[in-house]
Amino acid sequence: MADRQHKAGAPEAAPTDARWIRIHPLTVRITHWINALAILMMVTSGWRIYNASPIWDFEIPSGITLGGWLGGALQWHFAAMWLLAVNGLIYLLYGIFSGHFRRKLWPVTPRAVLHDVFEALRGKLAHQDLSMYNAAQKAAYLGLIVAIIVLVLSGLAIWKPVQLQALTALFGGYDFARIVHFAAMSLVVLIVLVHVVMVALVPKTFPTMITGRARRTT
Amino acid sequence: MSDKPGGRRILTNGLVRLRDLASPKQIERVERRLFLKQGLSLGALAMLTGCDVTDNAAVDKVLSAMSRWNDRVQGGLFSQARLAPEYPESAITKPFPFNAYYGIDEVRVVDGGSFKLELSGLIRDKKPWTLPELYALPQASQITRHICVEGWSAIGQWSGVPFRDFLARIGADTTAKYVGFKCADDYYSSIDMETALHPQTLLALRYGNDILPPKYGFPMKLRVPTKLGFKNPKHIMAMFVTNTYTGGYWEDQGYNWFSGS
Repeated sequence: MADRQHKAGAPEAAPTDARWIRIHPLTVRITHWINALAILMMVTSGWRIYNASPIWDFEIPSGITLGGWLGGALQWHFAAMWLLAVNGLIYLLYGIFSGHFRRKLWPVTPRAVLHDVFEALRGKLAHQDLSMYNAAQKAAYLGLIVAIIVLVLSGLAIWKPVQLQALTALFGGYDFARIVHFAAMSLVVLIVLVHVVMVALVPKTFPTMITGRARRTT
Repeated sequence: MSDKPGGRRILTNGLVRLRDLASPKQIERVERRLFLKQGLSLGALAMLTGCDVTDNAAVDKVLSAMSRWNDRVQGGLFSQARLAPEYPESAITKPFPFNAYYGIDEVRVVDGGSFKLELSGLIRDKKPWTLPELYALPQASQITRHICVEGWSAIGQWSGVPFRDFLARIGADTTAKYVGFKCADDYYSSIDMETALHPQTLLALRYGNDILPPKYGFPMKLRVPTKLGFKNPKHIMAMFVTNTYTGGYWEDQGYNWFSGS
């Protein structure tokens, strides 16, 4: 707080004036944090399940996994999946029907994404107006939504290869669905890591996902 | 997480508070801030005590309740009309992996000559069955995928008596909830009646063209291609029909009971 008030050149102002704008709706904030918790539980318990029969020549260090043993990890995974699914559905329905997706994540063109990613790597990407996402953000958030949907669907294909056998066939059969599930998990973890690093680099974005407000820039 | 930063923060806030004592308005604002920050510290403390989530009775209770809920969901999703995919002989995994809660050198060898399958519970004709009697019944064969709870899978070929035919023959009460199994290797398990009556559920007596070898569960194994591998008990010595939940070797340790595929 002190930082903000003593910023060079910034005029002194009481925090109650019209200089605050609402940038994250309440539904988005709540579903964001529930999703963060659900993804954390799903990924760390999933790692433990992976270790019971690794697809590749490596295991995930058990210290960063959840569940203690295969049975415990499965319990966590199949409990947290409901949190992920129900919360995710609420978020998707809200995003589609409130116009939130259209307003904040659309349009996004490959050219704009490449341009903004390049600018970001040069450290020149502006974050002046937190109510607007740049193209790199739009691509990351849309990519995360798609990756989580693929993750959930490939998970269902592994869980129910008989009852949902058409879905399993769509993912190339049981064994290939496991590979898709792992790949989608890796993509989700990668996007989340970049997201967390970006928040650390632009820390003023962090409280906005709790309060929903950001200071209007002049 | 240590309590040092929190303590330092409270100390700093205390100093700020002392400095601003002269202004009552400031005090109010600082106190509100202090209250908020201490509230956050309290939340952090609550999370800290909850860190060891895998060893907490309340958490276990929630996870078990969710597992029972998943039993019901899977029961609702299950359909006797939906068959497990069957494969050509060329797809069979060779060698088919051995799997049990013990190593292959500890495989139990049951004496087939004196063997009798014991029946109990809600069954009209509880006469025990010898192996020649079982081999004489009409047999069916399937090449299906065995999916282990660990994630690996393998395709194998089993033959034996369709389980629903056997249940009809012994006069089992098919309105009962469960069929349970007791095995020569002290393994035990139970399945829902819906699955017991599924057309592909098989009282398997053979693997490939051979009498079921000990490593695959001699004298018989329940082959359930709509459930995970651990729901396919081997070395079955006795079976019973009941309305009382009896769990299973792995189920009692936390594996989901229904475990449908």
